[in-house]
Amino acid sequence: MSEAAALPPGEHLVHGTDPHLAHHFSSLERQVDASRLGMWLFLSTEVLLFAGLFTGYAVYRYSFPVAFAASARTSEIWAGTLNTIVLITSSLTVALAIHFVRAGRQRAAVVCLAITLFFALAFLGIKAIEYTAHFHEHQLPGRYYRFEGVRLPGAEMYWALYFLMTGLHGLHVVIGMTVLAVIAWRTAHGYYSAHYYVGIELAGLYWHLVDLIWIFLYPLLYLI
Amino acid sequence: MNETLRRFLFLPDQASTFASQVDHLHYFVILTTFVMSTAVGLTAILFFILYRRRSETQTTPHIEPAPLLEAAFVIVPLSFFLLWWVIGYRTSIELATPPADAMDVYVQGKKWMWKFAYPGGPNAVNVLRVPSGRPVRLLMTSRDVIHSFYVPEFRVKQDVIPGRYSQIWFNATAPGRYQILCAEYCGAGHSIMRGEVIVLKAEEYEDWVSAQHRGLATKQDGPPTALDFAPPLGNLVDQGRRLAQEQGCVKCHSVDGSQHIGPTWLDLYGRREKLSDGRIITVDEGYITESMMDPFAKIVDGFKPVMPSFANKLAGPEVAAIVEYIKSLQSDAVRTGPSEGPAYAPVRGR
Amino acid sequence: MRQSEEDREKLGAPPAHESYLTDGTTVMSWLNTRDHKRVGVMFLVAVVFFLFLGGVFALAIRMKLLYPGPFLFDALTYNRLFTLHGVTMIFLFMIPAIPSAFGNFVLPLMIGARDVAFPRLNLASFYVYLAGAVLAVWAMVHGGADTGWTFYTPYSTTTPTMLFPLLLGVFIIGFSSIMTGINFIVTVHTLRAPGIGWMRVPLFVWGIYATSVIQVLATPVLGLTVLLVALERVLGFGIFDPARGGDPVLFQHFFWFYSHPAVYIMVLPAMGVISECVATFSRKNPFGYKAIAFSSLGIAFVGFFTWGHHLFVAGQSVFDNGVFGVLSMFVGIFTAVKVFNWVGTMYRGAISFKTPFAYICGFLFLLVFGGMTGVALATVALDVHWHDTYFVVAHFHFIMVGAVIMGFLAALHYWFPKMFGRTYHEGWGLVAASLIILGFNATFIPQFLLGNNGMPRRYYQYPEHFQALNVASTAGATLLGFGFIIIFIYLVIALRWGPRCEQNPWRSKGFEWLTPSPPPTHNFDKIPHITQDPHDYRTHAPSGVYTDV
Repeated sequence: MSEAAALPPGEHLVHGTDPHLAHHFSSLERQVDASRLGMWLFLSTEVLLFAGLFTGYAVYRYSFPVAFAASARTSEIWAGTLNTIVLITSSLTVALAIHFVRAGRQRAAVVCLAITLFFALAFLGIKAIEYTAHFHEHQLPGRYYRFEGVRLPGAEMYWALYFLMTGLHGLHVVIGMTVLAVIAWRTAHGYYSAHYYVGIELAGLYWHLVDLIWIFLYPLLYLI
Repeated sequence: MNETLRRFLFLPDQASTFASQVDHLHYFVILTTFVMSTAVGLTAILFFILYRRRSETQTTPHIEPAPLLEAAFVIVPLSFFLLWWVIGYRTSIELATPPADAMDVYVQGKKWMWKFAYPGGPNAVNVLRVPSGRPVRLLMTSRDVIHSFYVPEFRVKQDVIPGRYSQIWFNATAPGRYQILCAEYCGAGHSIMRGEVIVLKAEEYEDWVSAQHRGLATKQDGPPTALDFAPPLGNLVDQGRRLAQEQGCVKCHSVDGSQHIGPTWLDLYGRREKLSDGRIITVDEGYITESMMDPFAKIVDGFKPVMPSFANKLAGPEVAAIVEYIKSLQSDAVRTGPSEGPAYAPVRGR
Repeated sequence: MRQSEEDREKLGAPPAHESYLTDGTTVMSWLNTRDHKRVGVMFLVAVVFFLFLGGVFALAIRMKLLYPGPFLFDALTYNRLFTLHGVTMIFLFMIPAIPSAFGNFVLPLMIGARDVAFPRLNLASFYVYLAGAVLAVWAMVHGGADTGWTFYTPYSTTTPTMLFPLLLGVFIIGFSSIMTGINFIVTVHTLRAPGIGWMRVPLFVWGIYATSVIQVLATPVLGLTVLLVALERVLGFGIFDPARGGDPVLFQHFFWFYSHPAVYIMVLPAMGVISECVATFSRKNPFGYKAIAFSSLGIAFVGFFTWGHHLFVAGQSVFDNGVFGVLSMFVGIFTAVKVFNWVGTMYRGAISFKTPFAYICGFLFLLVFGGMTGVALATVALDVHWHDTYFVVAHFHFIMVGAVIMGFLAALHYWFPKMFGRTYHEGWGLVAASLIILGFNATFIPQFLLGNNGMPRRYYQYPEHFQALNVASTAGATLLGFGFIIIFIYLVIALRWGPRCEQNPWRSKGFEWLTPSPPPTHNFDKIPHITQDPHDYRTHAPSGVYTDV
């Protein structure tokens, strides 16, 4: 009822004292809560964005089971597996960055973020190699499909979904990299500290989501 | 009563067995709606008269509804709504379930006309003749975009979708002429994509069919075709098989997968073919039809352009029959092509 | 003035502050503002412009339909016009109308916040909306699209018209919608003033909250769908192309998964406005506060599971038809609960028939009639006859457009003094309200009958026996147009020359009236501590006291 009424103990008004606090929030804690909630809501929109593609995948997999299975078998499993490992590791380094900044070790945090960026680049690099191979083999969506290996109706649909899903995911990786780069730069310049590190936390959340989506894409596009 | 309400609500004539059924639900629903919206409006007016503001500083008591009242707010409309739903849903199940003795007519929608083909009977453009008092099932597909087959007097409507078949059925009760309208927006000619259902008395219909077969009344709907003179023969696939032999198609195209002068028809439909100019196409109805009409437009890689055109030799339903025959030639059980709507098999044991 | 001074004295509030309208008068001070009130006003200006634009398209369509044959312009122009009418009204007017304009303005005031949670995101939302709108208008000027606002495949993937920029515009506007939605949810969660527990949140805020949930969860699916259509047009991916194994009906599922809940994005805020106005003008506490609040959430929830009722004749299975039909009825139930409680609010109240109250009456009629015809459409069998006819057109104009227009105008008149500190001419207000309500019914009741009679929608030419009803409908539309012109004139006059009003001209106990009208830039110098439920008219005591915060 009145949980919003009384300020929780320990929360105190720091207006004018904390550069991070916006004028319309009563305390930094509440402001950080707001940012976190906002981020979670944003992540839910991302989930629903991909949900559409997953639904499309389910529908067409049901329509063309043989073509999908045959096409998935021609994708580069080594690349997919390697990318999965790369991304999961990069999630770990982001988590470590948050850990370090909480402990007041901004330098270590920046290093971790840099490693994450490196892994993200590696991911994109491997993806680019894969894409090149697909282009050479004409494993392309819709009307561009000319792959001799699999000539079943529905194979072009697999590649349409493959490129849509990995493409959209790749776009998210690029966005995530941009965000992480900004955050790393800001951390290096002392904007974040053990006292205020919500930016790194939110960027980390976003990165975990990018990772999570890949964990669903990997079996759908490479394994089954 | 029925007639008064029908006119009051501007409903068209009731010309099918559904029409009166649907209309009775219609009256029930609309009258309840009238009563409810009037009741809400009157209550608001009543409250306004009773509880006008007496002074600018008036205070009012704090009133909370009794839980029972709130429950009534839910239960009363819910029971009405569910009653409507039960009645309406039952009718709609009936609408979706053609009786076993229904007569089949194939319908093809394209921008912006309706084509009708009777299995073993004549074909027609924009004019559908059906006997009264006998269920008619329409098996419909579209050549281009989505259309919707709608006859207001029958109270039936069904979308006609490219790449799949949809079905609808009706039992016309009153002989007469009724407009067919396209209800799904399909472009510049959407509003003039109109046809006509002519409901004939059963004996008149039989006369018309036999007249068609004798080739007497064919000028109305198109030139007579080989099919018009042949005895009614099974479904489209059977017709297609017979036509393919008569027209000599199978002299060059094998149906068992063996190589010959032309590409084999086995598994042709849905196959990806490489053309002589390097393009890859998927064989669909459009490609098969085009190849019959204009064989040199797209030559499959490795074959010579030797096929004659059948542009003036085959009529619409004959082409459809051959296409259906080719589509039926599939070697395995793996489903190819897009999902189909309702079952394509004829309902009678033909 | 005297009244507001007294109020302030009682509240122990500091003297009047500079209003948000005078705090910086340069163009840049508006364009670069972080103030939720200024963002709200900018949205208001934009949506009124698009209402005008959409209205002009509508009138052009109605003029053509005076004659059955070709008239005024050709079929392609007609098809473009109804597409542009739909796109403009839905994406540029109705979806942002109440949440982005009035929600932005009053939501923080109602919960005693100094601003929304993310003020910069809020401004960004406006510019993203503007960018999308400019792109959409650009597409309209350079040829326009002719698919209808539903963009059904495969027509939309094959039409040669300028669909791509329009789809991109819709895609971009979606971001604006999501941004506003996230902002409002977070604001309601984190910025409620002391004393406003969840069961004291004003009903308008509940309406906006439920709306925001839908905006956040449904809009991404629309974004993806228009993206797929755009890609299909440009690159031929074949996702919805039957020739490549795609399923055009899948598009309809995707599209309505957004666009059916989108109806509630439009109508829930209007319901929120009505909840506030009914209480204020009846001087009564909302009858069944909890029922109204929870039914908003209920509509938002159930609204996600009803999209299939748009596909009753699209070859969906009979089982699906039944399930979607019965689920759609539950939306009707929630709406019915609201209607009964609004009428209940009038019971033993002290009703004053001001302009907003006139719109409440219009709203109730349109909502009940439109809503019940909606339930009728969900009975499957009736939908088979009505589907894609003018009956459906009339139904959604009643329930969706009617409700939004009534809610929008009620909000505009109710909060006009709050926003601009001036009052309009009450007599003209009532004249225009009667014209609008009359005109609306005169336009769309003939369309219900046209649908019964069997006239499909989106018809450029029509069989001659439909003409009489079409002429009647056009006559009604003209009346409606006049109503809007009158409103525009007297409100512009009021804006410039209207008499200044006191802080709380309606003597409302809504929380937003605890600040001066128009409010100062940061709304509250001291955050009020709320001590009563919203709209508690048992006493004259203000519903909040200013604490030291």
